[in-house]
Amino acid sequence: MRTKYLKGVARLAGLASVLPLAGCQLDTLDPKGPVGDQIRHLIVESTVAMLIVVVPTIILVCYFAWKYRASNTEAEYLPKWSHSNKIEVAIWGIPTLIILFLAVITYQTCHSLDPYRPLDEEAQTKPLNVEVVALDWKWLFIYPDEGIATVNQLAIPVNQPVHFVITSDAVMNSFFIPRLGSMIYAMAGMQTQLHLMATEPGDYLGESANYSGRGFSDMKFRTLAMPKDQYDAWVEKVRSSSDQLDGQTYARLAAPSEAEPVKYFSHVEGNLFDTIVAKYNNGMVMDKSTGKMIQVQSAMSDMNMKE
Amino acid sequence: MLGRLSFADIPVDVPILVGTFLGVAIIGITVLGLITYYGKWGYLWKEWFTSVDHKRLAIMYVVVGLLALARGFADAIMMRTQLALAYAGNPGYLPPHHYDQIFSAHGTIMIFFMAMVIMTALFNLIVPLQIGARDVAFPFLNNLSFWMTTVAFALINLSLFVGEFSQCGWLAYPPLSETQFSPGVGVDYYIWAVQLSGVGTLLTGVNFFVTIVKMRAPGMTWMKLPVFCWTALCACVLIMVAFPVLTVAVALLGLDRYFGMHFFTNDGGGNQMLYLDLIWAWGHPEVYILIIPAFGVFSEVVPTFSEKPLFGYATMVYATCAIMVLSFLVWVHHFFTMGAGADVNAFFGIMTMVISIPTGVKLFNWMFTMYKGRVEFHATMYWAIGFMITFSIGGMTGVMMAIPAADFVLHNSLFLIAHFHNVIIGGVYFGYVCGMNFWAPKALGFKFNEAWGKRAFWCWFVGFYVAFMPLYVLGFDGMTRRMNHYDNPAWYPWMLVAEVGAVLIFFGIACQLIQIYVSIRDRNLAENVDVTGDPWNARSLEWSTSSPPPPYNFAIIPHIHELDAFMHDKENGIDTRHAGGPYEPIHMPKNTAAGFFIGAFSFVLGFAAIWYIWWLAAIALVGVFATVIARSANHDVDYYIPAEEVARIENEHSRKLMAQAAE
Amino acid sequence: MAHDTTFADAHSEHEHHELPTVFGFWVYLMTDCIIFGSLFAVFAVLHNQFNGGPTGKELFELSGLAMETALLLISSITYGFGMIAAHKGEIKSVMMWLAVTFLLGLGFVFLELKEFAHMIAEGAGPDRSAFLSAFFTLVSTHGLHVSCGLIWIVTLIVQLAGTTAISERMMNKLTMLSLFWHFLDIVWICVFTYVYLASMI
Repeated sequence: MRTKYLKGVARLAGLASVLPLAGCQLDTLDPKGPVGDQIRHLIVESTVAMLIVVVPTIILVCYFAWKYRASNTEAEYLPKWSHSNKIEVAIWGIPTLIILFLAVITYQTCHSLDPYRPLDEEAQTKPLNVEVVALDWKWLFIYPDEGIATVNQLAIPVNQPVHFVITSDAVMNSFFIPRLGSMIYAMAGMQTQLHLMATEPGDYLGESANYSGRGFSDMKFRTLAMPKDQYDAWVEKVRSSSDQLDGQTYARLAAPSEAEPVKYFSHVEGNLFDTIVAKYNNGMVMDKSTGKMIQVQSAMSDMNMKE
Repeated sequence: MLGRLSFADIPVDVPILVGTFLGVAIIGITVLGLITYYGKWGYLWKEWFTSVDHKRLAIMYVVVGLLALARGFADAIMMRTQLALAYAGNPGYLPPHHYDQIFSAHGTIMIFFMAMVIMTALFNLIVPLQIGARDVAFPFLNNLSFWMTTVAFALINLSLFVGEFSQCGWLAYPPLSETQFSPGVGVDYYIWAVQLSGVGTLLTGVNFFVTIVKMRAPGMTWMKLPVFCWTALCACVLIMVAFPVLTVAVALLGLDRYFGMHFFTNDGGGNQMLYLDLIWAWGHPEVYILIIPAFGVFSEVVPTFSEKPLFGYATMVYATCAIMVLSFLVWVHHFFTMGAGADVNAFFGIMTMVISIPTGVKLFNWMFTMYKGRVEFHATMYWAIGFMITFSIGGMTGVMMAIPAADFVLHNSLFLIAHFHNVIIGGVYFGYVCGMNFWAPKALGFKFNEAWGKRAFWCWFVGFYVAFMPLYVLGFDGMTRRMNHYDNPAWYPWMLVAEVGAVLIFFGIACQLIQIYVSIRDRNLAENVDVTGDPWNARSLEWSTSSPPPPYNFAIIPHIHELDAFMHDKENGIDTRHAGGPYEPIHMPKNTAAGFFIGAFSFVLGFAAIWYIWWLAAIALVGVFATVIARSANHDVDYYIPAEEVARIENEHSRKLMAQAAE
Repeated sequence: MAHDTTFADAHSEHEHHELPTVFGFWVYLMTDCIIFGSLFAVFAVLHNQFNGGPTGKELFELSGLAMETALLLISSITYGFGMIAAHKGEIKSVMMWLAVTFLLGLGFVFLELKEFAHMIAEGAGPDRSAFLSAFFTLVSTHGLHVSCGLIWIVTLIVQLAGTTAISERMMNKLTMLSLFWHFLDIVWICVFTYVYLASMI
């Protein structure tokens, strides 16, 4: 039912365009995970609430303009009329009620869809940890528990929540997988967090949603959501790669490059992610469990930092 | 000697730019040649460039604004064409280096040099006339504002042919805009253009604020002030509070770049989010600076063409002031995705929605102004009704993005692009064009052509929907802004539709230019000349003067009895003009070249600083100070129009009025 | 100057409004206030970002600061005497007090530049850390304002020289400079307490 309705909205938005929308599934309105689902529901709910005012307004504007056209001398004409308490109450009151309603759902969803908040599913299923680093112009994914890393390819098991910790070793980017839901900024020296989950296997677009310079348009990655057994096989495939991510490899990788192909690293040296964050904070990094700043003992003293 | 400027910085290897340069050069030489041929340089210099008359400055502002529109739109259609081509491996015709400059320039030019400039033009033309004043509070500063804005626009266009423009988007977010990632001159062009035009805008804000506060005609109490002046006043307050913050934000970015400081750098303890806070603490009030005067225009136009007073004047005033205050409490909604806490996001989201209440009230007020009126379908009403429809949709999509959780998937997508073009085109641009059509006879003495005005409207109206509705869809489909090429087959057909829309808008602009041409050509036809100065049977004071008004606006300052002062006088048989006098000599400011020279020196200062030509920058800076001091020492700044001359001008107008009445 | 007298007279006779010049300048000062406000906010955000470099406690010396503060505060008083003289129409006295104010202001700028030079020589320049960037920018923005005020004072002294009466336009200029000068004093007090004293405690 809802999908059908949504298609209707989308078609309306497309100005009943010649383009057939049937079969065309808009990424964010056809999500493949719980976060995206809730956001889609929120968008539909708020849009309907607003259409309650917007549609009558547009109709009335056209109707009044036509009904009281100068050539229609039959229509009533009140050349002095410019005030009515009843109308004033209505035009302040009705929008206020709708905004009140929207404010309530805004407050609720700000908390329930807070990107930092663990998903409800994390109570039963231990989340997969992924550390994300935005580089000029590619994405580095570190799997700290598996000890592997990839470039421009993110594999996740379906129905297992994923906890992303995100930073940048270049300019500001925004980490975004439209089919799964929320995005969040990636900023140097800072760590942002995001919790997502895929419920259907598939190959989804991942991208940067914040312009980051010359190579921005190709700063894309594939998100491979796969059943657990396939995911485990994928991890083994990465582990069998001959490349390892040490200080020197990282320095080469971090240098600006465009349309970077997928890369697998079977081993990541030391606490690479913390080291990347810490190099912009005088060697300090925030401990995720306590929230305190601690000194990073870099295992990568040979790491050739850009700065 | 020439800093970092060398011949290699002239982009002779980019055919598009060489072609543009040749085009600009040919048109430029033709125009300059014609002026020389007809011997108009002296006239232009004495009567226009050095003029302190707000009505003439208004016309010059419109000319600059239309040039900016042409440049900004050229950028727009180039972008759309690139995205209609650059699909599935086709790189398109614009490499990222060029494309990134174009979208950065498009935003910068459309906001700072098209919208702001045309808004200032409307302030200049109407505010003093509507409050019954003879000029603005500071006529010389008014001229200076114009030149600061104009040289800034010249500087941004110079970046086409000398060096490059910024490739960091219209707000130049660091750290991308820092030297480490953008070592070229592009960002420096951006910084200097924004700063110079900022000086002009700030002076305009102070000038018109003081004008409205201090120079209203006797009897014009606050609740008898026309709504357009209320909106101008609120916009000026916003300018005075917001623009200094922009100055600081961009200056600090400049200090990072010029002196290696660490305000917004990745390293050294800099904080990039601080820039976002500062720039949006300006940026959000800025969009209200633009839209509030557009609301003012509709509040004048809709009553006039509905032959009825504005519904709910007091509500309108309170709503405008409420929007003014609230616009400072919403800036974080531009970066919900930075990871602030849920409560912070909820606060700014809800404040953003609250703004839609007074905005909605305004819409209903215009609607009920038409209710039980006599609506004349003049071209200006087309723009007004088109605005009401389009802006409702834009407001709705705005509230959608104000919900932080929804913004988490819509942020920076083409949905955002569609939303703000929805309100900027459907609100700001429609409003300003509406205002220009409405007040053209006041400024020029003849009416704009109706038929071409309506054609322009339909092209813009339909073009807007065809160009931007696909962008809403693409936003839902995860397409982000500022992409140079893509390979998603689902996006491609929508980009083609958007391209068609851009072409329709092109026809809209063409119709507007034809409208101006035809109107000037037919200016002497009897049905076009505005003899009475009141072609629309309108309501406020500006229509009580002749068209165009004499230099002193009002021979005798009118006394205000009611809101809609001129309509009140007409209905009660009061002669607002006090025709017949007695007239007294009128004290007027003299034209001055100081504004032009300060502007010219500032241009040189900016150019020299961009290219590190320090000796030239020093000379220019001394030039700016020297001109200011010389102006301060000049005592020959005013003159009197003799009473006889005033009587002659006024009697001539009275005679025309009587001849018209006798017909 | 005869011309100026007619100018003043003309206004009292024909204009319906008082000259809004001083009000306009006051409004402009409020926008300047927002510039300083923003710079204070930036300083507040960055004041702990030392980047391993020196802190305010290590850098600032109270003795020089006390001297700077004293010079600027006294210059406000001397400007006040100048304004009293202006209202009495004593041109010579006005010029004398303006000159004294100028010298005091010059002393302030000189001491500030000396402090800056000292810090930069020690390797604590504005490019050392975000804290120092914010510090130098805030303090030197104030210093630049004072320097512009100095140029303005000289301009007015020159314009006063040789005149026999203080015209309305000149009076406006003196009043505006007075507003400007006292405003810079107030800003300095904020700089002194918030930037210097707060960093030293």
